Amino acid sequence: MTTNRDTDIEIRLLIEAIYLKYSYDFRDYSGASIKRRILHAVGQFECRTVSALQERVLHDPSMFMELLQYLTIPVSEMFRDPSHFLALRNEVVPLLRTWPSLKIWIAGCSTGEEVYSMAILLREEGLLERSILYATDINPYSLERAKQGIYSLQNMHQYAENYRLAGGRRDFSEYYTAAYGNAIMDSSLRDNVTFADHSLATDSVFSETQLVSCRNVMIYFNKDLQDRAFGLFHESLCHRGFLVLGSKESIDFSAYANQFEALVRPERIFRKS
Amino acid sequence: MSSAQAIVIGASAGGVAALFEVLGRLPPTFAVPVLCVLHLPQDRPSHLADVLQRRLRRTVREGCDKERIVAGMIYVAGPGYHLSVEHDLSLSLSQEDPVHFSRPAIDFLFESAADAYGGQLVGVLLTGANQDGAAGLARIKQNGGLTIVQDPREAQVALMPEAALALHRPDHILSLSGIGQLLATLEPSAC
Ligand SMILES: C[S@@+](CC[C@H](N)C(=O)[O-])C[C@H]1O[C@@H](n2cnc3c(N)ncnc32)[C@H](O)[C@@H]1O
Repeated sequence: MTTNRDTDIEIRLLIEAIYLKYSYDFRDYSGASIKRRILHAVGQFECRTVSALQERVLHDPSMFMELLQYLTIPVSEMFRDPSHFLALRNEVVPLLRTWPSLKIWIAGCSTGEEVYSMAILLREEGLLERSILYATDINPYSLERAKQGIYSLQNMHQYAENYRLAGGRRDFSEYYTAAYGNAIMDSSLRDNVTFADHSLATDSVFSETQLVSCRNVMIYFNKDLQDRAFGLFHESLCHRGFLVLGSKESIDFSAYANQFEALVRPERIFRKS
Repeated sequence: MSSAQAIVIGASAGGVAALFEVLGRLPPTFAVPVLCVLHLPQDRPSHLADVLQRRLRRTVREGCDKERIVAGMIYVAGPGYHLSVEHDLSLSLSQEDPVHFSRPAIDFLFESAADAYGGQLVGVLLTGANQDGAAGLARIKQNGGLTIVQDPREAQVALMPEAALALHRPDHILSLSGIGQLLATLEPSAC
């Protein structure tokens, strides 16, 4: 019989094996959530144990890519938490205008909804042309979908509502073309976007930035890994640059709490002090 | 008198009144931390923590990501996120798919807390029209914890307690007042 302790040992071994073989580092993710996701995958792949899954993942890279879809939670929305984007527009954009050119890093961009939201906001505020956006993630499937910018038409109704609540004043359908049940995003929105594979767990800073948006990624990290990521953002951000987080994420419990001040605390908008 | 490091409580339909009834019986100095998941609408802010705090005159907070669990506190899961307990006895939030149509899900809290606290955990499942929590409660039992199910005959909606009873035999099947009285005798155990 497999006890709970056995399962915990197997999970540690699987994560270690993934790191050694594929260099994806999940060792410092929040334990409870990753355990659930691995056990879910064990069921979906019809493996008897986590060890059985490990054997398949170790010997078959395509199996690892499938498992990665479970490990990364690729869910997103356009203008997710509209009040956050409204605060970006009202409180942050006026300050962004003071820089002649902008570099913006969207870390953990998943399938790209956040990137297009940001690009739309910047375009409406006249800032997109002088901006470079770096959109990074560890999941190559998600990055590919982000680059394509094709989403289910069904979701557009809700996104349009989010957009409106986020202070959007145009008709949201101007930003996409509908075809075969899909919404194809206006490709000029990504003219200034560079999509790249980058891990907050293993990679280093690649550019100076004025704004970093890392939303709904840090909750999956433990404190040590959060601190690593905050360290990267701190290093990347220029003097008085902005860091924006997901609505349940905070810098307060981190080692970097004193290096940032809250600009709009309820919307998780911080500024390098 | 027995001891515990934490209490987890799950409830759904009819849960607010049931929670008041149970938590209201705990003395003001009650030191064992209590963590609650009540099914809520996902898309709007919840006032559950405020409402409980005012009624109970105890400190009640929505659990934050990476927050350390503190003695004497009551935590509730906020809407839209699963709440878990980590091995270092801090809280974490996540947005995996809903379980039994619920996020927060009772199973998430129960299963993670069962792993973190082992035999030092008390799990309580109350009224509800949903199967959530049954698997989690069984896991608490499996890991050596104490399990309590509200008597389905008394529950406002019996489905949730019944689903739990179908899966394992809890240590106690009690009325709300009985649950409150039993919990009130618990002492915090040394970590
Ligand atoms: C829930 S999605 C968030 C998407 C988007 N930011 C939003 O808020 O809607 C989390 C994303 O974080 C990515 N991620 C997980 N670990 C990462 C890491 N170490 N470095 C960069 N991205 C990571 C996942 O691949 C996933 O796409």
